Amino acid sequence: MRLDLSGVERMDSAGAAFCALLQRRVAAAGGTLELSGVSPAARDSLSVFRVRDSDASPGRRREGFFERVGGSVYSSFLGFVLFAVLVTDTFYATVTGFFGRRQRVRLAAIIEQMIRIGLESFAIVGLISFLVGLTVSLQSAVQLAQFGANIFLVDLIALGMTRELGPLITAIILAGRCGSSIAAELATMVITEEVDALRTMGVQPVRFLVVPRYIAISIMQPLLTMMANLLGILGGFVIALVSLEIGPEAFGLRLMNSLMLWDIVTGLIKSVAFAWIIVFVGAHRGFQVYGGAVGVGKATTDSVVQAIFAVIVADAFFSIIFYL
Amino acid sequence: MTRQESQEQRRTSPETGAEPTPIISVRDLVVGYGGPPIIDGLSIDILPGRVTAIIGGSGCGKSTLLKSVVGLLTPQAGSVRVAGHDLAALDEDALVGALSNVGLLFQQGALLNSITVAQNVAMPLEVHSRLSREVIALTVRLKLELVGLAHAAELLPSELSGGMKKRAGLARAMVLDPELLLCDEPSAGLDPQTAADIDQLILRLKDTFRMTVVVVTHELASIEAIADDVVMLGRGGVLLFSGSKEEAQRCGVPEVRDFFARRTPEAGGDTRPLLDVLEGRP
Repeated sequence: MRLDLSGVERMDSAGAAFCALLQRRVAAAGGTLELSGVSPAARDSLSVFRVRDSDASPGRRREGFFERVGGSVYSSFLGFVLFAVLVTDTFYATVTGFFGRRQRVRLAAIIEQMIRIGLESFAIVGLISFLVGLTVSLQSAVQLAQFGANIFLVDLIALGMTRELGPLITAIILAGRCGSSIAAELATMVITEEVDALRTMGVQPVRFLVVPRYIAISIMQPLLTMMANLLGILGGFVIALVSLEIGPEAFGLRLMNSLMLWDIVTGLIKSVAFAWIIVFVGAHRGFQVYGGAVGVGKATTDSVVQAIFAVIVADAFFSIIFYL
Repeated sequence: MTRQESQEQRRTSPETGAEPTPIISVRDLVVGYGGPPIIDGLSIDILPGRVTAIIGGSGCGKSTLLKSVVGLLTPQAGSVRVAGHDLAALDEDALVGALSNVGLLFQQGALLNSITVAQNVAMPLEVHSRLSREVIALTVRLKLELVGLAHAAELLPSELSGGMKKRAGLARAMVLDPELLLCDEPSAGLDPQTAADIDQLILRLKDTFRMTVVVVTHELASIEAIADDVVMLGRGGVLLFSGSKEEAQRCGVPEVRDFFARRTPEAGGDTRPLLDVLEGRP
């Protein structure tokens, strides 16, 4: 085949690529491509680009099925080990972080995190808890009224909020707000080499970055859960008053009778466990980031999804232990 | 002169005839990031009290070597000894002590974004010293003055330009007056005047505090201005040259010759101009 380039006044990259492709196609078909009348413009362009004689670009070798399965199992196992190391390091650094001058846990960092986790989540946790209490009570009031069991709305909302909904709502909101923030911040610090910089200064990243968040969320999440319980019950009271005509006195009396201290304590124990899940999952995903901005996004999303999943699994586990 | 001869000659002190102990001793180093090794079997010595420039093409393992020296990467094989310590083998307390003698300037500065420049620079002092807050504050002030950033002490890193971040990173790396200062491309991306200022600062630090400085750089002007020795790495962290700057400038290793002549190495391997392929020329 002959390719006449005598009329070419300008050849861009795509033109050069077309010539290369044509030559390969012709060669593959057993023919030969001959150039004729190559204009100066075409000659300049075709001289700039270089090609390999062997077309095989190294590329990535495709992994087989068993390699992929093996790789997944290995990386899951490694992830579990690293998670366990993170948890152990955090507990150790928390206990040892208040003694000695070197490597102390910074009180200012704990307070800053408490403000970020507590005060900045205060409004959203309160509003959602109130609305959930209101909605659950409204739905239940209709059913209870059919059986003349209006007063049992108090039991339902009090036990429901303190045992389940209060801790769970708070945990899900904090997983979205704080878990994602922890993962994104740590992941960004890994990508920008800030974590490496800490290590080269002899500062343990876990002590400097994770422990303040761990302590702050361990304090703030139970407090937020208590607030969620109160506002959820307040939402129930509004419905009891408006829809079922249960007065404040009757509501309060029934509340005192139905609610045990144990119900509140179990809810708070759950809230602390959920807090730990959120902070450890967020920190683990943040530290294990790779791949730049895309990796930060993935770490953030993964941290929220995994934390919410783990919180719900843990909630079921605690329910079986405490209430079965 | 072969590499080995060159290293042997540099090892002997002209005054005493004694062999100075290398401050960094890398032996048969194999290191990477989980995949194929970036550096495969490298052995070099860095002598104390000198400025050594590490040069080489992109991806040849220069920054990886620095990270191995400060213990950020654990060798898959071989060893890296810094001032006699194998950092990978030290326990936490010993590692913290050893790292107080090493400062690392990262390529992008790597300042902690949530705290001010002054707090960034103060951090190594707070970790490694028992100085009072007043002395720490004054030391930080002096170091920031040295890099021309005293006016930016209370700014956050996000409020600094690229060059200012790098200078703040340098202030942090040298705040403890470490024996060994490692700089990853200190003048890359800076205007020529700032780059020259940083070069002069590195020289003053070396002379005043008797620091050993290892600089990863591509800047010929910087090498010319500050380097005593040159180490050139090739693909896979292969040692192409190790010797004094003067030897490097007249050595026969093609990659080193091309580097100092600012020549692009010939497009290697099996690539040919497209025109030759199309016209059937061999």
